[in-house]
Amino acid sequence: MSGYFREVYDGCKSLLVGLGITFRYMIQPVVTLQYPRQAVKMAPRYRGHIDLIPDAEAESGNKCIACGMCQRNCPSGCITLKSEKPEGAKKKVLTGYRLDFTKCSLCGLCVESCPTNALDFSKEYNLAGLQAENFVFDLLKRCEERRR
Amino acid sequence: MSELPEIFRVLAFVGGIMALVGLNAAFSVWLERKVAGHIQRRIGPKEVGPFGIFQSLADGIKLMSKQLVVPAKADPVLYRLAPALTMITAVMVFVVIPFGPALVARDINIGLLLIFAIASVNVLALLMGGWGSNNKYAVISATRAVSQNVAYEVPMLITVVTMVMIAGSMNLNTIVGQQQNLLQWYIFPWNGSLLLPVSFLIFFVCAMAETNRAPFDLGEAESELVAGFHTEYGGMGFGLFFLGEYGHVFVGCALASILFLGGWQCPFGWLPGIHWLLLKTYLLVFVVMWVRWTYPRTTLYGLLNLSWKVLVPFSLAILVLTAAMLKVF
Repeated sequence: MSGYFREVYDGCKSLLVGLGITFRYMIQPVVTLQYPRQAVKMAPRYRGHIDLIPDAEAESGNKCIACGMCQRNCPSGCITLKSEKPEGAKKKVLTGYRLDFTKCSLCGLCVESCPTNALDFSKEYNLAGLQAENFVFDLLKRCEERRR
Repeated sequence: MSELPEIFRVLAFVGGIMALVGLNAAFSVWLERKVAGHIQRRIGPKEVGPFGIFQSLADGIKLMSKQLVVPAKADPVLYRLAPALTMITAVMVFVVIPFGPALVARDINIGLLLIFAIASVNVLALLMGGWGSNNKYAVISATRAVSQNVAYEVPMLITVVTMVMIAGSMNLNTIVGQQQNLLQWYIFPWNGSLLLPVSFLIFFVCAMAETNRAPFDLGEAESELVAGFHTEYGGMGFGLFFLGEYGHVFVGCALASILFLGGWQCPFGWLPGIHWLLLKTYLLVFVVMWVRWTYPRTTLYGLLNLSWKVLVPFSLAILVLTAAMLKVF
């Protein structure tokens, strides 16, 4: 008989403890973000597609020397560089940097192999499009836009 | 209100009660989502109107614009009648709920009895809906709902008998009139019986079970029975079940506050009126929601054991004790 009352008492007590826990949760601040209006800050090592780093000191606006290491190292062949050597100039100048992100596996060999550290990963994660062409990026243009 | 011709009074109360049932459902759905959200540390609805208060309106419009599909081989009469019946019972019990000293549609002397007589018809609506929709889950759910309602009607009515013995009346307005301030509320043990707080608890638990609210929502156990008795209902058929459920939750909580917490009386004696009843009722409604989002659903055996092995013996013991105390003091 005392076991019965014990059980009823313990049951009521555990139920109250449960209510207490949910009440504490209810008055604590919310942990969710309202996504389209608010977004989580991406982690520093997040890998989006690669990007040319804008460089204010360089004449061309970036550190790229058009050596082509990234293009050669890319296992998927998604990087196409275009460069030219103006008459009288000593160095090549980058005239186009095309990234075909549909093929990219984000391995990061291009970023690692760059001798001048001109590349890094962007924090872009909201990528959506209707055609494959939407994912072919002109990184030189993006770099110009970011510098402005 | 008594100087108006009877027909205007009737129309005013019918309109008022229907509006209250509708608004109550809209507000309760919004409150339920907000409570659920914050307990899970989310925000809940916030897009439709300030703090999302028009969310339920949007839901209502969506439900009303949907087609009503009657399943093949469903019982044409029972299937259509069930949602209406659950709504009718929800509206009818409001007739005797006293919202204020004079604000009661029909101040009859067996109001308490009438509420239980009508509210227990609600389970018939669930049975009709479950049986009539030609769906095995709905039938399982309907049988569960019936066994649950039978089990919880017993301790609830025994508790109500205890309260009637203490108050000496079945007229709800008289019962409220006896609890003029905080100290005279029937929830406190010095007002008739030592175990009145336990009575309140039993009444409240039974009210939750009667209205098929979680953790006693075996009737619509989503994870096992799709949606239970309203599996086959769409659009406003489902909408009426929903309105009815929230109407019953409101009535259960209003009754608990009338019997135990002084109804429309102010705890400190200022300005008695409808606002106090609504405040107390919605506090209890909030507790019902808080309970729902805290506990997982019980099993059918756990539910019946709780009723027959704990609530019934306790309520009977309180009845005997109360009778003895009333006789002695």
